[in-house]
Order: sequence, then C-alpha cells, then structure tokens
Amino acid sequence: MKRFLLPLLIFIVMVGFLAVGLKLDPREVPSPLVGKPAPMFSLPRLDHPEQVISPKEMLGKVWLFNVWASWCGACRDEHPVLVEFSKSGLVPVYGMDYKDTRQDAQQWLEQGGNPYVATVMDVDGRVGIDYGVYGVPETYVIDKAGVIAYKQIGPITDEVLRDKILPLVKRLQSQ
Amino acid sequence: MKSNLMQSKWVFGLLLTCCLMLLGRVSAQEARPMESNTAVEVQVQRLSEELRCLVCQNQTLADSHAELAQDLRQEIREMATKGMSDQAIIDYLVARYGDFVRYRPPLKSTTALLWFGPFALLLTGGVGLIVMLRRREKISTEAPLSADEARQVSELLEKES
Repeated sequence: MKRFLLPLLIFIVMVGFLAVGLKLDPREVPSPLVGKPAPMFSLPRLDHPEQVISPKEMLGKVWLFNVWASWCGACRDEHPVLVEFSKSGLVPVYGMDYKDTRQDAQQWLEQGGNPYVATVMDVDGRVGIDYGVYGVPETYVIDKAGVIAYKQIGPITDEVLRDKILPLVKRLQSQ
Repeated sequence: MKSNLMQSKWVFGLLLTCCLMLLGRVSAQEARPMESNTAVEVQVQRLSEELRCLVCQNQTLADSHAELAQDLRQEIREMATKGMSDQAIIDYLVARYGDFVRYRPPLKSTTALLWFGPFALLLTGGVGLIVMLRRREKISTEAPLSADEARQVSELLEKES
C-alpha cells in the first residue's frame, strides 16, 4: 500500500499543475504597464480631426480607455456591452480607433451607437505600441493620477464589467 | 523512339527544375528589405529573431506576417537607424509588452522556476533512481540461499554435467 503512495502523490501534483495550465489563457500576457503612468499622446479626434486630445485632460478623474477598430471581429461582441454601460454614466469611456480609416470608424459608430465621450484616431498604430496593444479590443482603467490600474485584454463582457472593472472603478473613484 | 521519349522527359524535368529554382530566387529577392544600410538591417534581423510576436505567439518577429510584427520591425528599424543599442531596443519593447516578448527570459525571481525547475526535476529524479537502485541491491544481497535451495542448485548443476 505504502509503495503506491508516492507515485499517487506525484500524479496528483501533476494533475493539479495541468488543471491550472488548462485554465490559463496564453493570449493574456500580463502588461508591464499596470501600475505605471498611462503613456502620453496627442491624437486627433475622430469626429473633429482638428481637435487634439491628450490623457493630461483626464487627470483628476477615473476613466476607461478602450482600444477598438471597425475591422476587429471581437469588437462587434463588445460594442453593445459598452453602449449599454455608457448609459449608466458611472465612468467616462474614451475610445482609440486603432489602425482604421475615419470613414469606416464613423460608419461603425453610426450603426452600433457611440459609447465614447470622445474617440481618438491612431492611424499608424504608434500610440498602440506605446500602450502595448497586441490584440484589439483592449481596455485600460486609468486612475485619477493618470496611472493604469488594470488592463483588459479581449472584449469586455457583462461579467468582466460586474466582477472586475466596476468594483475597481468604484474603489479608485473613492480614493 | 523510346529513348527519344526518355530524353524529352529528362529535358522537361530539367526545365521544370530550372523554373522552380528561378521562382525561388525571385521570391527571395522580393523578401529582401528595401533598406540600404546593411548594418542596420543586420541589427533588425538579429533583434527580430530574439523577439516574440505577441499576435502569433510561437513565432518570432522575423517569422511573423502579422501587421503588428511588421509595425514593430519598422519601429526597431527606426530605433536602429538612430543608433540605439540592442539592449536599449529590447528594453523599449519589454517596457511595453513585458518579458514575454523576449525569447530568452531574463533571470528574475518570477522566472527562477523556469530556469532552475528542469534541473531540480533532474536532480530529484537522479536521487530517486540512486536510492531505488541501492534498495534493490540490498534486497538481493540480504536474501542468501537457504540450505535447501543450495542443495537443489548443486543437484541441478550436477545433472547438467
């Protein structure tokens, strides 16, 4: 009986590791930017290209920064969730249209609704690189001091909003 | 007639091979970067083989055709043109994408298991093996033949001869 104990123990440990491994999403790479100041940019607005927006203007408030594109399939699932959420007015959502054309992006917002306070255009993807964007959609929660508190890789769902983003936003807003 | 047919087959095969070789040459030339500064290109190539494309995670930046990989290669090219060192360029990308972009992970407290885990496993396995072999040796030496068994053995041996 005793001689089976050790192999069984090793087997259980291995199963434990494999079980954890199965649940991990290899596409979710922890961002080194969490806990660091949000990279600066000044990008033209989608609706008013002559106006430039910079994260400096958002200092003092908690905001969401959602990277999206009209060519992105997963954004199609995310968009209604954002539109619905923006109606609550709990936290301002700013958008960054990543490597897209103005015409496609505007058409997208006309068709699906516009959840954004404002959207900026990152046509060549340079700001995307500064933010470590590698798969659209991605969303950053940025605190009052302009520090990135959380990065959501992939679409925001109702569950992500309820379990992760909203509790965090409330905590940051009360700080 | 038959030999003629054979010959034409050969010629056809040869022509086909030449065409294929030419095709290979043409595409190889197309893939060559436009940049004329070879030192910069060498650096870009070296770095993009060291860095991971985050879109298709098992490819290097050099292998990947993903748009982000192209953008990052361009970014690396620009930094290299400015005369930035390999380390400075790698640091720039690690600051944005994390250690995961590096194919050779740095030695840190979070990666210690990755670096030393295999050796630790090898060591435990080796020690386990030695312990087991020792134990077996003991078992076989600690069980001498009984008098009865010894007689049986000698009887059998006598029969043989």
